[in-house]
Amino acid sequence: MLLAGILFSLGLTSLLVRRNLIFVLMSLEVMLNAAGLAFVVAGARWHQADGQVMFLFILAVAAAEVSVGLALVLEIYHRVKSLDVDELSKMRG
Amino acid sequence: MITLLWLIPALPFASTLVLVLLGSRLSRRAVAMVGVGSIGLSAVIAILVAASYLGATPSGGSFTQPLWTWIDVDSFRPQVSLYLDSLSLLMVLVVTFVGFLIHLYSAEFMIEDEGYSRFFAYMNLFVASMLTLLLANNLLLLYLGWEGVGLCSYLLIGFWYRDPANGRAARKAFIVTRVGDTALSIGLFLLFTRLGTLQIQDLMQRASTQWAPGTSLAAAAAFLLLGGAVGKSAQLPLQVWLPDAMAGPTPVSALLHAATMVTAGVYLIARTHVLFSLAPSAQSAVAVVGACTLLLAGFSALTQWDIKRVLAYSTVSQIGYMFVALGVGAWGAALFHFVTHAFFKALLFLGAGVITNALHDEHNIFRMGGLRKELPLTFWTFLIAGCSLAALPFITAGFFSKDLIIWDEWSAQNGNPALWTAGMIGALLTSLYTFRLIFRVFFGPLGLPVTKRPGYRMKIPLVVLAILSIVGGYFKQPLLAFLHSALPSTLEVHAGALTEIRSETISGLLFFVGVYFAYLFHLQKRNLADVLVENPIGRMLHQWWFADWGLDWIYDKVLVQPFIWVARINKSDFVDAFYAGIAWLARLSYRGLSDTETGRVRWYAASMAAASLLFIAIVLFK
Repeated sequence: MLLAGILFSLGLTSLLVRRNLIFVLMSLEVMLNAAGLAFVVAGARWHQADGQVMFLFILAVAAAEVSVGLALVLEIYHRVKSLDVDELSKMRG
Repeated sequence: MITLLWLIPALPFASTLVLVLLGSRLSRRAVAMVGVGSIGLSAVIAILVAASYLGATPSGGSFTQPLWTWIDVDSFRPQVSLYLDSLSLLMVLVVTFVGFLIHLYSAEFMIEDEGYSRFFAYMNLFVASMLTLLLANNLLLLYLGWEGVGLCSYLLIGFWYRDPANGRAARKAFIVTRVGDTALSIGLFLLFTRLGTLQIQDLMQRASTQWAPGTSLAAAAAFLLLGGAVGKSAQLPLQVWLPDAMAGPTPVSALLHAATMVTAGVYLIARTHVLFSLAPSAQSAVAVVGACTLLLAGFSALTQWDIKRVLAYSTVSQIGYMFVALGVGAWGAALFHFVTHAFFKALLFLGAGVITNALHDEHNIFRMGGLRKELPLTFWTFLIAGCSLAALPFITAGFFSKDLIIWDEWSAQNGNPALWTAGMIGALLTSLYTFRLIFRVFFGPLGLPVTKRPGYRMKIPLVVLAILSIVGGYFKQPLLAFLHSALPSTLEVHAGALTEIRSETISGLLFFVGVYFAYLFHLQKRNLADVLVENPIGRMLHQWWFADWGLDWIYDKVLVQPFIWVARINKSDFVDAFYAGIAWLARLSYRGLSDTETGRVRWYAASMAAASLLFIAIVLFK
């Protein structure tokens, strides 16, 4: 459980610190897996199958997210020739 | 013939329209023709109407001419309709006739003024409003006329608008009379909600059937109407506007502030006399107000140096007499005094106009003198009017009307010796200040030289009014009998030790006493008056009276200054500040929110994380 917490906060930190979109996606992946880990551990602790079911869901979501995200990254790279998140800020209120 | 009634107010009104629309293109001659002619025609029609009224008096002594329905909302259906009975007929005759003479006079008086057509437009509008007021069959139409004369009075007092002092006087007149008008309008609301109509005759009938005498509602309504009358007729405590209203051209003072407009209050009370009979407290208030006013104004008139202000205070004082007469229930006497007062006071003002015109716009009576030889016609007519005002026994009109009032103050149903005494002191004061004026202006060594003499258009009105000021008094009995159909006759109940002849003798003696003292102080030993003013008490009284008993000062301190103070601190508008605050808050939050829209994805992520942490924390540690 502690490991899951550490992983999650590591993922969050790198999400906030990194500027490259690829790394952002990677850290998102880390956070998802941390959450999954937490579910599995919790399922094992209380002898419930729900945790593993939730983890399968998370895997599916993560796979879908990564494929869409990578497709978007490719498209963005084609357009702006950069993967820096801060340089992509074209939406100013 | 009587159906021509509607033309009486319509003609001056039409002439106003003509003058307003075409005034700048007409020659002075044409303007005078239109302006004076319309009032002249009105006067002729008024005489025709009067002739046919007298020839074949309509049943009930009144004639109603409905013109059209003004407003039609559910049960509120005031009509524009004219009502003629002996009361309104008398007033209309006086207003059109005196008005015509004054217009004729002003045709010459104002000839060099650049606002010639503007002047006649205002004057005609004034007469039209006054006639509407007099002929109105319901109180709403009366109120329209009432406000109309108020407006014209404002316009005419401030006629020479380039001088800020005139504008100030005009505003003062307008605002002070507005105080009364507000009371009047509240009174109208009260009457309408309680009695369901504003038709004067219906109203009086319903009031007398639905309200018992002395009920608080009747008293409230009567007091509110009295408030309106007090404002318009310049009675205590709202008389402060009238002396300042002398800033206007002299014919204006003659027409508005002596002959017609200020008597609107008298007319209103006489018109609604049923209501006042139902409210004895209000009626005695009328008498008390009148008595106080006539005394205060009399003392103030003694100290003024401006010829027109002396006359202004005498007007206030004479209207005080009319109010006393109304208050004691001597309705006919009040109207009789109104008629004679219209004649002699208009004459006095017109005479004063001749004098100030001749002396290069000099108003100070202490710089005048010896005009008896220089302006003989003005002197004789002024003297006649002065005698009439001061009630020279058995010759002048003023004697008959004023002594009738003084006698009624003693003998009428609400009369009492205190009112009678006030009337007597007032009579003494009247002859004192009138002859003070006459001795200062016409006798003694020659003051300023005469530079201009009146032409025929100014002389005719003087002569006609002088004749009327004398013969007017001999119509006492016919006039009172004529008014009998509209107003209840006076009940003389408290004869007691005093008879009418004795009362008249006393007031006649007082006239001569007044003349003698005026002679002593202002002709024979002129330094005697100065001695009187020089000692401390005399000086204090003099200043106090000169400033109209300090009423202006009190109003300034009690009402005007705090108002200005409140206005100043509320310059930024308290109520508005609340709404401005809402707008400011919205703008602030908009700024704050728009600043967070940086477009930096990582900041968004961070704030989402922080917020979810916060919410989880709230849920966990609640």
